[in-house]
Amino acid sequence: MNTLEQEKILLKGLATEDRTSIERIYRDHFNMVKSLIVNNNGTADDAADIFQEAMIVLFEKAKLEHFELNCQLKTFIYSICRRLWLKKLQHLNRFSTQSESLEETVPVEEEIESHEKKQNDFNLMEMAMSKIGEPCKSLLEAYYIQKKHMQEIAADFGYTNADNAKTQKYKCLVRLKKLFFAQYKNID
Amino acid sequence: MEDTLLIDAVERFVNGEMSPQEKIYFEDLRKNNSELDQAVVEQLFFFNELNNYGGTKSFKHVLNEVESNLAAEGFIKKTPATGKAKVIQLWNKYKRITAVAASIAGLVSIFIASVVSTVNNKGNNGDLKLLVDNVRGQGDSIRDIATKLDSLAAKGSSTRPIVTIPAKEKIAAKFRATGFMIDAANSYIVTNAHVINEAKHRLIVENNKGEQFTAIPVYINKEGNNDLAILKIIDKDFKKLPSLPYSIRKKNAELGEQVFMLGFPKQEIVYGEGFVSAKNGYKMDTIYCQLNTTANEGSSGSPVVNKSGELIGIITSTETDADGVVFAIKSANIYRAVDEVKKLKDFSDIKISSSGGSLRGLPRETQIKKMEDYVFMIKGN
Repeated sequence: MNTLEQEKILLKGLATEDRTSIERIYRDHFNMVKSLIVNNNGTADDAADIFQEAMIVLFEKAKLEHFELNCQLKTFIYSICRRLWLKKLQHLNRFSTQSESLEETVPVEEEIESHEKKQNDFNLMEMAMSKIGEPCKSLLEAYYIQKKHMQEIAADFGYTNADNAKTQKYKCLVRLKKLFFAQYKNID
Repeated sequence: MEDTLLIDAVERFVNGEMSPQEKIYFEDLRKNNSELDQAVVEQLFFFNELNNYGGTKSFKHVLNEVESNLAAEGFIKKTPATGKAKVIQLWNKYKRITAVAASIAGLVSIFIASVVSTVNNKGNNGDLKLLVDNVRGQGDSIRDIATKLDSLAAKGSSTRPIVTIPAKEKIAAKFRATGFMIDAANSYIVTNAHVINEAKHRLIVENNKGEQFTAIPVYINKEGNNDLAILKIIDKDFKKLPSLPYSIRKKNAELGEQVFMLGFPKQEIVYGEGFVSAKNGYKMDTIYCQLNTTANEGSSGSPVVNKSGELIGIITSTETDADGVVFAIKSANIYRAVDEVKKLKDFSDIKISSSGGSLRGLPRETQIKKMEDYVFMIKGN
């Protein structure tokens, strides 16, 4: 099997949150990213943060139906991390004497932009979630994130039946929606 | 109510749970009613957002776990200290000025202290109280009965000896406090030094299930400046726990940070909440920080954790005449204690980490469930 195929399998694993694939990617590429960041005014902690973010970018991409990576995984991760780190440095006003990159890079502006948008949406949703309070938060998380069945949720939360739980869930969802859109529209 | 009906319809539409007729009817309705269509589009968009959120959140969770496993293994090392050189440079540069300033400050503080002590007629206001519970038998007598019941059960069912694991002789404890795991791979526990000083003869740790294990003190802070002690579980019956759910913070806690703690002020594990109310401890002791919460005898050694699962301190004492003032040793001191332990030949395997942890973003109940196996009752006589 050549690397390209192996990487395809890894990315498929990534899209399904497979731990071994995630671990493999960490083992193969983390040190590269670490040296990039540590050599550019960063700490090992920064490196771990940036790598995590890059993994999320990759995850978002891998989930897309017609996804194809048209370069090596290594190059992609390096490019994303480099871009993310430069942005962060700019943000912190810690300008580095920008070292010439030793590794090959590919343009990743589009990915970063879409990731930032998604990150923003994610934060909005998280904020809305934190504002609706309990039991709404747990209820919605159980259904939409942990994908539990309504019967199971009814039992866990002490509702007499699944229909009751469902009605409660809809009420919560309406509130969440209001909170979410209130901020969403503010920003636009 | 209409809103929930709509959501229900859209949700079934998205999940493909509508019957064909219903679907046609629904799509017709959308075509003819632009207001409804608008609402459906909005709802679809929202579901999509929610789905993305759920996906990213659960992925982040997996990522954190993988990362903490790799960190436990030592593959990822999170080290602090860039810019240390700069501090040293600054120190060299301003050494002399600092020395002069320090001596002036010293003189002034001695002067003020003497003034204060003469003005203040040395009343016993504001004393510290350590939080070890000197067991007065009550809790243990219940335990005794439980033990007896255990042994009765063992006798009664002699045909099935598996029912009760041949009960280890339970000791009559003279004191009770709390401690928690800092190195799961090698079973090291941290607690307060004043707790261990109570143990003249034997020392055991007990988990939330009531199982007791023998432990030995590895390090007891003797200078008395940070009141930390480290124990190691040496009991062969003790099964090693998976990697720590919390990380141990090197930086100081932020003022106002919400925290929670788990401890054994009674015979079962007890949850408490509070916030960081001051950066320093009793009489400005920088080893400690001050929390606003309640703590009772037996809470000594309880872990204090913030909402993202970072351990920030260890409960030690309360101020006797102030309500809700509790002092905790800052977590950075654990690193110092661990460095001391590393120097010991037999215990150089100890290893702790400021990264990892799998509590971030979880609801509190789950955080507690994940944590409670790592918190122990410290007993002895």
